[in-house]
This record gives sequence, C-alpha cells and structure tokens, in this order.
Amino acid sequence: MTLPGLQKDRIIEYLAQGKRFDGRKPEEMRDISVQLGISENAEGSCAVKFGKTEVYAGVKMSIIEPYSDGPDEGTLSVTLELGAMADDEFDLGAPKIDAIEMARVIDRGIRESGLIDWKKLCIVEGKKVWQISLDIYAINNDGNLFDAAALAGLIALANAKLPVYNAETEKIEHKLSNVKVPLIKENMSFNLTVHKVGDQFVLDPSLQEEEASDYRLGIALADNKGEPRITAMQKGKEGGISEIDMEKILNLVESNFKELNKKIVKLVWS
Amino acid sequence: MVTSAYKKRSDGRKFDELRPIIAKVGVVPSADGSAMYQSGKTRAIAVVRGPRLLHPKHMENPEKGILRVTYQMMSFSVWDRIKPGNSRRGQEISKVSEWALNEVVDLDAFPNSVVDVIIQIPQADAGTRVAGINAAAMALAQAGVPMREMIAAVAVGKMDRTLVVDVDKEEEDFEEGEGPTDVPIALTSRSNKIVLLQLDGKISVPELRELITMSKAGCKKINEVQMKALKEPGKEVKG
Repeated sequence: MTLPGLQKDRIIEYLAQGKRFDGRKPEEMRDISVQLGISENAEGSCAVKFGKTEVYAGVKMSIIEPYSDGPDEGTLSVTLELGAMADDEFDLGAPKIDAIEMARVIDRGIRESGLIDWKKLCIVEGKKVWQISLDIYAINNDGNLFDAAALAGLIALANAKLPVYNAETEKIEHKLSNVKVPLIKENMSFNLTVHKVGDQFVLDPSLQEEEASDYRLGIALADNKGEPRITAMQKGKEGGISEIDMEKILNLVESNFKELNKKIVKLVWS
Repeated sequence: MVTSAYKKRSDGRKFDELRPIIAKVGVVPSADGSAMYQSGKTRAIAVVRGPRLLHPKHMENPEKGILRVTYQMMSFSVWDRIKPGNSRRGQEISKVSEWALNEVVDLDAFPNSVVDVIIQIPQADAGTRVAGINAAAMALAQAGVPMREMIAAVAVGKMDRTLVVDVDKEEEDFEEGEGPTDVPIALTSRSNKIVLLQLDGKISVPELRELITMSKAGCKKINEVQMKALKEPGKEVKG
C-alpha cells in the first residue's frame, strides 16, 4: 500500500498531539487474543490476533542428523509466509525478502534468548536429534505482523509436544507423547517493534502507521530480574536513528517492559 | 445388498451422511470477501481479492476479467510436514478449482482485471480441495463478484464395495477388498452441472452413477449451509 501524502501528514499531526486514529496512546498495544490448537496434526499450533491482524503458527518435529558444530543439540528452522491471503500487496509466489527477513529475525530472537533446551533435543549424539520446524502464516495484515508472528511462534512452541520416538524402529510414531518440547521458560524473549512516525515513537503500529514510519527497530526482550535484557535487534527500513532517538527508544523500552512482559508471559505460558 | 468389507464408519456416520459442517463468512477483514468452511476436522479458509489490476500485463484479457485460484496446505495441516509454498499437487488443485469456480463467475464487466482466490488449509482430514471450493464460493459471493449460481462440493467414494459421502482420511486409507475410491465432485447449485470431477481408485459405471446421485444430496445440504452463512456474516453456522 502506498499511503497518500495527506493521510500520512494527518497521522503525524495527530501523533504530535499524542493521539492515534484508533484512539490508542502511542505506546499502547491493541487487544491480543490467542486460540490454541488450530491444527490437531501439529505438535503445537495457535492463531494470534493483534486487533484485526491475525497469524497462524504451527510446530512440526522431525529427526535429522545434527550439525557438526553441535553433535548433541537439536535444531530450529523458522519460515514465514506473507501470502496474498493476508494483504492485497502480498505476492502469490515465492517468499519475498520481507518474509525472509521477518522469519530470520524471529528465528534469532528465539535462538539467542536460550529459550530452547537444545541438548534435551538430542536422541543419539552425533546421529539423531530433533529438529523443530516452526512455520508461521499471515492471515490478515492490519499492521505489526512482526510482533504478532513472533508471539504466535512462542505460543506454538510453548504448547508443542514431542511425537513418540520408537528407539527400536528408529522412527517417529504417528502420535504425540506427553513430553513437551524442552524450553527454559525464564529465558523467553518476546519481540517488540518500535516505529518512528514523524517525531514520535509508536508500539504495535496500524497498517497506516507502518506505511508512514521512517524506520522500525525490532527488539527481542527477555526478563532479567524485572529489567529488560535485549537478546536480538534489527533496524528495518531506510531511515537512520539519531543519538537522541536511540535514547528515546531505549527509554520507551525501559518504561514499558515490565507491564508488557507480564502480559506476554501470561499469554505464552497459560 | 452387496457384501463389503467396509461395514461401519468409524465416526458412526451413516454412509450418506456428511461430517458436521461449520461455515463462517467474513474471516479475513482486509479481503474483499472471505470465508471458512469446516467439514469434520478438515478446515479451509478462502479469501477473494479483486477485481484488481493484473500483473503480469501479458496475461490480461481485454474481453473480460480472469479468475486466478491459489490453493495451499499449511505445513502443519497434516502429520507429515509439508514444505511451505507451492507444490505440484497444490498447483494442480488450484487449476481444477479455478476451472470449477470459473463456470459460475461472470467477469465480463472487468476487462484486464483479475479476481484472486486464495485458499489455505490449516487442518486436513481428507477432502481439502472440496472444502476449499466450498469456502471459495462463499468468499466470491461475499465479495460481490457476479455469479450465475453457487457451487458446493463434496468427496464421495467407495470403500471396498460400500458407497459413502464425504470421505475422511481414515476411509481414504481403507485398503481391504477393492480398497478406496475417492471422487471429489463440485456441482452448481441450480443447473446441477458437474464442474469438478476427479477419481482415484476402481469403480463400476452403476456405482459411479449412484455416487453422483449421492453427491447431489450432499451438495444440496452444503449449499443450504453456505447460503445461511452468507446471510449472517461473522457468525458460525452449523450444519
């Protein structure tokens, strides 16, 4: 979508007075809702909505030979489909760079936080480890697919169980065990994307705000005794972050972390 | 009555009984039309975007608009993960679904344009292409795309010698006797034309005749649910 200049001006004008078109405050998120188990053939799955933005995520487990640099560690692969289902502007075909970038940032956020207990995903050292395939699909784009997709990924993982592995046949049986995918809860980080729109910073942008923004900064945040710990970051779009803006963003993160983390923890682990 | 190794459906349905249906129109707010159709555990979502400008330009038709269907299964919709994106199977199903839906849509008023139908399957228990068509027909109607009539679709089949309506995955895998025969059929709602017909298995002519008759009753019931859902967008309609 290309936003008409006039509309962009209005969004910026409004934000300068601390207001947004949908009545939210600049740092206010939309309502988040979660539906678990959208596919009973998945090891874990969910639908997540941020307002009207909706994504599906599902986890499938398979057994692979480990990489040589981690012979006793499982692996993770994250894909994201930004298909024509979700947005008039999204393509029908192969993954475009936006989807690849988003999937990689989500992947790093999960990986670097230490959420996954890799060694517990080892079946036979050097021979067999579990691979987690986390696939995320955009269903409806009304802005901030980034944070919605990342959260859906976490929730699918948190609810995923390992299939039954038969050590004799060395194959996966067609049923789930009662063993959850091994996660280290306290290491969880969530993705928070800050957009600069005009001179202001917003969280959970609407589609129009995303279009009007100069740049975004995606930050993966974990809880370190009540303080935010940053586990991954990515600046997106062309604009540059000035020193003073960086300070504003970090302040925004510090002042909103506790409340947001509480909310996300509840969504992921309940 | 012929003897058959398939005596009882494991979910307790009668042989001519559809699985429980849930239909909902208006599931993707940013689309021009959208719908969900669920039959038992098989669930499809369809979205309509358009009429809109067509890219690439060389595909444009100056006489009328074109319909373009994209069907995909989500990677985690089945037990053995599917690689995300377009598969050969997906492309074939897209095409036969497109041919089916094309029979009822009238795009004469939209030269050089395209109407995109995107179908996703989040959860599969056989019959995904017919569920996709059922959802797509509702999405097209909600989008206000001119349609001569509606379409409803169902997979009928034969397990050994037993004829059934709305084949599920367990039935699709039934290997005793003559094994499974799977016949996805889509019918137009008024003229009762067959607009999708595929068959895998082995079947006699009288049996096929009987299956087509059974599909008509099934499609009629599906069409009633579709129409009900179209009257109440946003509401889950059960059938």
